[in-house]
Amino acid sequence: MTTLQRKARIMDAHRMRRAITRIAYEIVERNKGTDALAVIGIRTRGVPLGQRLVEQIAAHEGEAPPFGYLDITLYRDDLQTIAYHPVVGPTSIPFNINDRHIILVDDVLFTGRTARAAISVLIDFGRPRSIHLAALIDRGHRELPICPDYVGRVVPTARTEAIQVNLSETDGEDVVYVCDLPPLTEPQS
Amino acid sequence: MIAESTGLARKDLLGLEELTAEEIRLILRTAREFREVLDRPIKKVPALRGLTVANLFFENSTRTKMSFELAQKRLSTDSIGFAVSTSSVKKGESLRDTAQNIEAMRVDMIVMRHSESGAPRRLAEMVDAHVVNAGDGCHEHPTQGLLDLYTMQERFDDLRDRRVVIIGDIAHSRVARSNIHGLLKLGAKVGVCGPPTLLPMGLPELGVDVYPHVEDALAEADIINVLRIQLERMGVPLFPSTREYASLFGITPERLENAGHEILVLHPGPINRNVELDSRVADAPGSVILSQVTNGVAVRMAVTYLLAKTRLEAGHGAL
Repeated sequence: MTTLQRKARIMDAHRMRRAITRIAYEIVERNKGTDALAVIGIRTRGVPLGQRLVEQIAAHEGEAPPFGYLDITLYRDDLQTIAYHPVVGPTSIPFNINDRHIILVDDVLFTGRTARAAISVLIDFGRPRSIHLAALIDRGHRELPICPDYVGRVVPTARTEAIQVNLSETDGEDVVYVCDLPPLTEPQS
Repeated sequence: MIAESTGLARKDLLGLEELTAEEIRLILRTAREFREVLDRPIKKVPALRGLTVANLFFENSTRTKMSFELAQKRLSTDSIGFAVSTSSVKKGESLRDTAQNIEAMRVDMIVMRHSESGAPRRLAEMVDAHVVNAGDGCHEHPTQGLLDLYTMQERFDDLRDRRVVIIGDIAHSRVARSNIHGLLKLGAKVGVCGPPTLLPMGLPELGVDVYPHVEDALAEADIINVLRIQLERMGVPLFPSTREYASLFGITPERLENAGHEILVLHPGPINRNVELDSRVADAPGSVILSQVTNGVAVRMAVTYLLAKTRLEAGHGAL
C-alpha cells in the first residue's frame, strides 16, 4: 500500500462532532422533520459517519431514520484502469427506498465517481423521492456534475495531495489530515 | 503493481485440487456478497460489462448451464451458448479448431463441460481466454464443490474438524473429487461411504476415511453429501439393483433419526428419489438442497468476477 506523508491536521474530534451535528440539523430542517427520511452510508467510512448522523437526528427529533449501507465495488467505472481491486463488500438496505428522501453519506467528496456509482446502486434498489449527498470533506476536483448538499468542511487541495479521514470506529480516533502522495507514475488509462 | 491482489492469481479454474485454502476462502467470501445481490429487486450489477463469455457444453447439462448463464447475466456479461448437438463438433471439428474459432471471436472466458477428464486443461493451454471447468469426466466439478462448501459454511461457519461424509458413487463422481479436495483444504475431516465397487483406490493416502456401512458414517457425520447414482455413466452395473442400493445406502428419516444427532444433508441434484435419498429427507422443512441451487449462482458469479479481475490486473484490458 502507498504510504502517505501527513502534513496538516484539518479537523480534530471536536470540530468533527460539531460538523456532524450541524449537518444533522440541516438535514432535519431542509426535510422539515424525519418523515420519509433515510440515511445510507457508502462503505467504508461513510458507514460510521451515517450512523452518527442517524444518532444525532434521533437525539433531536426523537425518531431515528432507517439506516443502511452500500458497497460500490461492482458499480465502479474504473475496474479496467486501477492497478488493484478492492474486495467486494457487503450492501445492506433493510427497508424499501421507494418514495423516501435518501441521504447518501461519504467521508470525502473528490471526483464524484463514487457518488455516481452509489446513485446507480440506489436506483437499482428502487425509486427514491430524492437523493441528497452529505460529505464530511469536499476537496474539489470534480470530474462529474455532482454537487454535495451537506458538507462538513470545504478543503481546497492539490491533486498531489490526499485527504485521510480517521474515525474512532475504524481507525481509533477522530481526525482528518491532508497528506502528500508519494510521486506516482501516471496511471495508464 | 501493488502487493495485495484481491483477484485469483490464476487464469483458469480447472479444479479445487490446485487452489490454495486462501483462494477457496476468497471465492466463498466474495460469493457471500453476490448472494445478497440475488435478493435485490434488480438482481444485476454492471461489474463485468463488455466481458464476453462462451458456454461450451459438450455434455448434457441443464442446471449447471442455467446456473452459469444466470451468474453471467447477473454480472452484465455478454454470453453465447454452444450446444454440441447443433455445432460443428458433430461434423468432426477438433477441440483445437473449436477453441481457435471461438478465440478468434474475441471471447474473454470459456466455460466448458466435457465428458473427457482433462479436456478443460487442454483447452486452457490452447487459448488466452480464461477457462472455467463446468465438469470434466470423472475428474472435477469445481464450482459444484465450491457451492457445496458455501452451503456447508452457511450452517457451520468454520468447517475445521467437522466430519463430512460423501455417500454414493465416489469412483465416477467429479463432485466427490472436488468436494474431497476442497474440504481437506479447509481442514474438514472427510469420509466416503458406498458399495466397494464404487470406491476408487488411493483414498487413505489422501487422508480420507472409508465407511463400509452407512450407519457408521451417519453416527460420526456432521454433514453428508449424498451423490446421485449415475446409472447412465456405468457401462456394466456395479451394484445389483437400485432397490438393493436404497436398502443398504439410501438416506431415510429413520437412518438419520438413529444417528442421534442433527446432520446437514446435501445433494447435488438431480435426485433419484427414494434411491439414494428418501423423498421425506429431500423435502424436509430444513432441507438445504434448493439453497444449494441458489448458492450455486452466487458462487459462479464470484468465480467469474474474480477470474475476470485477474485478466484486468494482467493488463489485457479487454473490458
